[in-house]
Amino acid sequence: MYFGVFFALLVGTGLTVYAATLDLGRYNAAVALGIATIKATLVALFFMHVWHASEKLTKLVVIAALFFLLLLLGLTMSDYATRMWS
Amino acid sequence: MHDSSTTVVHERNGEAHAAHNPALLHHFAEPQQQRDAASLGMWVFLATEVMFFGGLFCAYLVYRQWYFGDFAAASKSINMGLGATNTAVLICSSLTVVLAVWAAQTARRSLLVGSLALTMLLGLMFLGIKGIEYRDKFVEHHVPGASFSFENEPIPGHPGQYANARHAQMFFSLYFVMTGLHALHMIIGLGIFLWLLIMAWKGRFTPEWHTPVEIGGLYWHFVDIVWIYLFPLLYLIDRHP
Amino acid sequence: MSMSMTTPILQPVERENYLNKEYGVWSWLLTTDHKRIALLYLISITFFFFIGGFFALLIRLELLTPVGDLVQADTYNKLFTMHGMVMVFFFLIPSIPAVLGNFLVPMMIGAKDLAFPRINLLSWYLYIIGGVMMLHCMLTGGVDTGWTFYAPFSTSFTNTNIIEAGLAIFVAGFSSILTGLNFVVTIHRMRAPGMTWSRLPLFIWAHYATSIIQLLGTPVIAVTIVLVAAERALHLGIFDPKLGGDPLLFQHLFWFYSHPAVYIMILPSMGVITEIIACFSRKRIFGYHFVAFSSIAIAVFGFLVWAHHMFVAGISVYSALVFSFLSYAVALPSAIKVFNWTATLYKGSIHYDAPMLYAFGFLGLFTIGGLTGLFLAALGIDVHVTDTYFVVAHFHYIMVGGAVMGYLGGMHFWWPKISGRLYPEGWARLAALIVFIGFNLTFFPQFVLGYMGMPRRYYDYSHMPEFQVLNVLSTAGATVLGVGYLLPMVYFLWSMRYGKPASDNPWNAAGLEWKTASPPTTFNFDAEPVVTWEAYNYEELDAPHKEGVPVAR
Repeated sequence: MYFGVFFALLVGTGLTVYAATLDLGRYNAAVALGIATIKATLVALFFMHVWHASEKLTKLVVIAALFFLLLLLGLTMSDYATRMWS
Repeated sequence: MHDSSTTVVHERNGEAHAAHNPALLHHFAEPQQQRDAASLGMWVFLATEVMFFGGLFCAYLVYRQWYFGDFAAASKSINMGLGATNTAVLICSSLTVVLAVWAAQTARRSLLVGSLALTMLLGLMFLGIKGIEYRDKFVEHHVPGASFSFENEPIPGHPGQYANARHAQMFFSLYFVMTGLHALHMIIGLGIFLWLLIMAWKGRFTPEWHTPVEIGGLYWHFVDIVWIYLFPLLYLIDRHP
Repeated sequence: MSMSMTTPILQPVERENYLNKEYGVWSWLLTTDHKRIALLYLISITFFFFIGGFFALLIRLELLTPVGDLVQADTYNKLFTMHGMVMVFFFLIPSIPAVLGNFLVPMMIGAKDLAFPRINLLSWYLYIIGGVMMLHCMLTGGVDTGWTFYAPFSTSFTNTNIIEAGLAIFVAGFSSILTGLNFVVTIHRMRAPGMTWSRLPLFIWAHYATSIIQLLGTPVIAVTIVLVAAERALHLGIFDPKLGGDPLLFQHLFWFYSHPAVYIMILPSMGVITEIIACFSRKRIFGYHFVAFSSIAIAVFGFLVWAHHMFVAGISVYSALVFSFLSYAVALPSAIKVFNWTATLYKGSIHYDAPMLYAFGFLGLFTIGGLTGLFLAALGIDVHVTDTYFVVAHFHYIMVGGAVMGYLGGMHFWWPKISGRLYPEGWARLAALIVFIGFNLTFFPQFVLGYMGMPRRYYDYSHMPEFQVLNVLSTAGATVLGVGYLLPMVYFLWSMRYGKPASDNPWNAAGLEWKTASPPTTFNFDAEPVVTWEAYNYEELDAPHKEGVPVAR
């Protein structure tokens, strides 16, 4: 099963590189980050054993970290994204 | 009554003091508790690392949005092939880490030692390739500072427009800080794995107790995940012809 | 509840406890006993409190007169900078968690030690290393940017030793992170059988929430310091407008930590106050779950409001609106606590021992500080009073009137447990009163000064000499406050030798820590406790002879 995830990760990397050579306009970034997120999720769930974690607490810690990271990025961008509005 | 409180705890397990795995520390009631504490501790530490790198991702996000064209031009000048190779190298090393943990769980000492050694080798390979990239940047005068130079680089998708050198320098500042910090974490990871390798070689890990391998593995996977994000963000801003 | 012993004092053969188990410097410097580490922290942070206080004294002396005549402008900048940095990073942030938290958390949950005792010791050493670096920085000229070390002044223009100060804070920050990590893992994994989450003392909930903030916020300022150091040393230009950078990005990253940091400073104090109010009202805390969840809510909401420090800095007005609204929201959980404390007092059997006096002081001063925070959260008001003494007064009400009062109250409450001695109650009540009077005399005039327009961080206010009266009052108050702080130091030390020996539970308080000896043995409990009672079971504690009432003892 580990090897399955391993191959998926390599395929994902190849896909990311390939997609970067296509002109998807503003979706290039979204595609690249989307694939990166899938890869990261695979590593976390299967290599780091979060999927089979006996305790919900592990999943809670992961989610909390992501939540606060998104808070930092999101609320900061709320300033930068709206500066030109006034 | 104040006789030693440690004897009472061991009575709870019904075992004599001497029968415990010497790795069980005195303030824990039983090995599972100690394992759970170590695992939770590492996960919580990784959460702090997420926020640590997060600050850099925040800075990156702001400036990429401000200077997209200049960032794209700068991104084009770093070696995508080497970056992709490094990504593959780290993915392989994550696999070897997982194998090492499994080997520890199933008492396969040679596989454990081999996997740990292979992980370190891949890690060194990653750093070697990084070193080549850094040297390339140095030679091309793309290192921020007095000798920085980024002239006449076209902005991808906008023929006739050239990148603003100051904004491109911002990209490279972030590039070096982010990959540099990541590389520092790799070096620390190599140190940890060296210690794991020595301990494994000495046969200290058993299926009952191999916690350092597990939590060392968690750390390594985290460093891999950071790179999984760094690669597209730094190398693939605008690569279409 | 009186402190006088009803039994004649026999001088017992001294039991073995954590203090006398081993003697010698190395038994302290290499200890992994959370109680000894707590005392190591106690000594260190008291030392830094004096240093920060010394700078405060010089500031207040300068402001006695409208002209800048005591020190030069640059020196004054260094004074308020060092006062802020030392007080925030080396006193307030560690204070309650590192001293009272380290000492009490394992005992309150029925454990023998924290989850990672050696990391606990490492935490202390990191704090000391950071402290030594900061001392060296001070001795070699100090820093003059304000404790907020804003870019681009800190990155491009000042000639002072920013990198050293930054690294000192970085190292101390790691100490904070490791303490938080230890507490979270300990509270999750080391609770005694029967100690469910709903039976935990609210002190534990408060420290859990504090630890969340320490873990998730501190790394961001750590990386910000790295960026500032890189910019100074390598001229990278991340915050430098000349190179395309944005100084406001620095402020965003700085305040993302530094606002939640103020909740690191106040939450543990709230935990202490909860314990004290329950004990000295002889009542279960009203609304236990509300208080518990409000601690978590403060920790989470505290991360949503940071840009209220940047309302006039140049952020977009829409973003400012969002942050202003969120800043109102974060006041709600704090208000809930105040209501619950008040409801606990209602119809309680109130005892006015020194810890309770500090708790009362906290209630009033924290309320004033918190409400003035709401004034500042209103954009219209903030435009006028930001960067004035109104802000200075606001945060001193919370940090000194709130956090330090809680710290002192907690030190008095748990002193018998920590030292095995009783402090002199008369002197303690006097000191509490002096602190309260001195505090208000120091900081209330500053609200008025700020409202009248006196800017902060100015050493010369000769353009508005009418500010002098209030400044003189403030300095007088500071002197009184200083006396109030010195008194406990004197009598606590005195009590270690001459104080009456304390029983295991001199306050007849609820909580597992009171079931250990005073002072406790190294591993706290003779046998692992099994908890079958709810928290704050004061009815049972006060009615040991009532028929049919289960007794926790």
